[in-house]
Amino acid sequence: MAREVQGTKDSDAKVDRRKFLTGVAIAGAAGAVAPNAANATVTADKRLPAALPPTTQTIAAETGTPEEGPNRIGGKAGSDYMVDVIKTLDIKYLPANCASSYRGIHESLINYGGNKMPEFLTCTHEESSVGMSHGYFKATGKLLLNLVHGTVGLQHATMAIYNAWCDRVPVIVMGGNDLDAAHRPPGVPTFHSAQDINAIVRDYTKWDDTPVSLQHFGQSFVRAYKIAMTPPYGPVMISLDAGLQQEAIRAGEEKLYIPKYNPSSPPQGDTGAVKEAARLLANAERPVIVVDRAARTENGMRLLVQLAEALQARVVDMGGRMNFPKTHYLSAGVAVVPGADVIIGMELSDFWGVVNGYVDNGEHGGIGVNRTKIKAGTKLISINSSELLTKSNYQDFQRFQSVDVSMPADAEATLPALIEAVKAAIPNDRKAAIDKRGEAAKKAKADGRERQLQLATLAWDASPISTARLVMETWDAIKGEDWSLVSQSGNVSGWPQRLWPMEKYHHWLGGSGGYGVGYGAPASVGAALGNRDLGRFSVSIQSDGDLMYAPGVFWTAAKHKVPLLAVMHNNRGYHQELMHVQRMASFRNRDSNTANDLGPIGTSIMNPDIEFHKLAESMGWWAKGPIKDPAELGPAIKQAMAAVKSGQPALVNVWTQPR
Amino acid sequence: MEIMRYQMFRVALAVLAAGAILGHAPAQAAGDAAKGKTAFTHYGCWQCHGFEGQGSPATSNGKVLAPDPLPWETFSSFIRTSNTGMPPFSEKMLPNADLEDIHAYLSSIGKPKDHKSIPLLSQ
Repeated sequence: MAREVQGTKDSDAKVDRRKFLTGVAIAGAAGAVAPNAANATVTADKRLPAALPPTTQTIAAETGTPEEGPNRIGGKAGSDYMVDVIKTLDIKYLPANCASSYRGIHESLINYGGNKMPEFLTCTHEESSVGMSHGYFKATGKLLLNLVHGTVGLQHATMAIYNAWCDRVPVIVMGGNDLDAAHRPPGVPTFHSAQDINAIVRDYTKWDDTPVSLQHFGQSFVRAYKIAMTPPYGPVMISLDAGLQQEAIRAGEEKLYIPKYNPSSPPQGDTGAVKEAARLLANAERPVIVVDRAARTENGMRLLVQLAEALQARVVDMGGRMNFPKTHYLSAGVAVVPGADVIIGMELSDFWGVVNGYVDNGEHGGIGVNRTKIKAGTKLISINSSELLTKSNYQDFQRFQSVDVSMPADAEATLPALIEAVKAAIPNDRKAAIDKRGEAAKKAKADGRERQLQLATLAWDASPISTARLVMETWDAIKGEDWSLVSQSGNVSGWPQRLWPMEKYHHWLGGSGGYGVGYGAPASVGAALGNRDLGRFSVSIQSDGDLMYAPGVFWTAAKHKVPLLAVMHNNRGYHQELMHVQRMASFRNRDSNTANDLGPIGTSIMNPDIEFHKLAESMGWWAKGPIKDPAELGPAIKQAMAAVKSGQPALVNVWTQPR
Repeated sequence: MEIMRYQMFRVALAVLAAGAILGHAPAQAAGDAAKGKTAFTHYGCWQCHGFEGQGSPATSNGKVLAPDPLPWETFSSFIRTSNTGMPPFSEKMLPNADLEDIHAYLSSIGKPKDHKSIPLLSQ
């Protein structure tokens, strides 16, 4: 489809928009090897910015009759083909905030595509939509697609994309962009366009592309899906040109095809390294397994249990995922790390932090105290696929930790070989000692459980309500369900992990990854959407600060009938930051200025207190609060449960102790 | 040098604690518990330790202030000179009289129930 060049009435001055883009791409490539020749081509024909003259086929396509019936664009829309591509990839939902830069594909999705696979979910903020995809994947193992405005919408989405990156979660983000500066509408569309929209997220996406033809889109989308879904998972980005979406597929153009997706195998550890790791573990006196995102699936949990039981080794779950049953006698806390003689870390986001201690006391010129927690000679083994995904700018890989055996590989994929190698490597004369280790672990587990229960009694009847009470009243309400704790924003001192019988993969979905506050609410809604379809009951512990970033996601939950029980941990402050400012004041021998709030100026969310129950109610939720008396909490949660079971999201606003 | 100083401090703390146990120092300050409750909030102690000194693994390394707080000498010495994760509070920031009240408040907090007597914690 030719388009008249703005500002001239010269009927010869027509430029095919998509061929223009292709030409720019080719010119760019040519420029890399022969800049003078490329420039000469551009100079030769000022009306056509493409480096190459149109072929006979192109001219025929430009002047030929469209195959499809009469419509304004003269044929089937390019974005209809895009929908055909998307529909091959089992993408159930598309959470998005609408934007003109993707109006072409938006229309195709809901009309040509019938608003199914994917179904468009109306969101009020791009950070919420990507956060929803983040939570959905962790509940279901299925990727979602997000559409955003290429500039302003993507700017809103960036923190959520960063969280997905740090949390190794696949998401496809497509940003609408009107690349053709000479032909895009003036005004807002130009403010909302850029040369390279993907640049803003390139440091924390696995891959990005800017398709310049429909076939290029077909390849890029399938490639994007494949890259995102190959461990280590991660977000990917596609810039979606407005012209490609809006213009028609031309008669005579090369026949468009959709590449078939076949999943890639996850990378496994090298055989030699697996054998060496097994030898060290099998001969260890006190082996410890530390895991963070080791289990990608329920099967990953089963494999970890097999490894732990083969070694009778204690397992420390750092909580990036539900890796190991909390009720298993080998489940342990970080206190077992210093006693280890061999430690295997799997998909750790911070191996240094596991084996070193850091005290933020202002000493050593302000860097605090850093010292090792492990004995000299302790052998360290690492299986971590993130080593295959390291970038330079953002430093989520943490401090460098030397290890004895390093496998840049996917832990879950490596576990079957490691288990077999460990079983083969255990000397017969060590089997009795290994069994004895298990008996000691059983006793320690029972003692630890008793200790945790007694600690939970502290401040049990206090107001504001203790986090232990909050968590156990919630547990009492959900214990009969096939429950899933979809998010735990803020910090409730880990009480669910300490006291709830977490045994299934979906019992705990992990945190945000990048600690970008504002993850909890959208990830909860996304995960609850996935759990709804799987027949599970979703519960979140929702903090106040997190919810205030983008509360509009509550409306999305009500609009799309997502059942979620949100029990608020409303401590009325940005508590982490509150303590940081107090710490600085103490180091500097100054009283902290609270200006009649509880925390230092700038850290409290009070005066006025936010009525979160009213906020939720205004967006279609069942809600109750503020609950300050612990005796009222249980009944309120049970009422909320009834609402959720009827299909409505529900919130209980609870005033809580700080942690 | 700093690490050595840290270790010496730990030794000093241990000596203080031992002294208290052996009866060489008063176990409790003569403060006012009601005033201490207010001071506990005013000086930000609640931030890491909770309003009843229950503590948290996330903010107080699991340390529980109450019931049974440290003996007064150990407690006050630690507050003034801490170089652990807890920042020190000088007398300029937290006068002795207020610190005594805080200690009295923590001492006034009763023992919790046995968890077996709480239905939610006996399952």
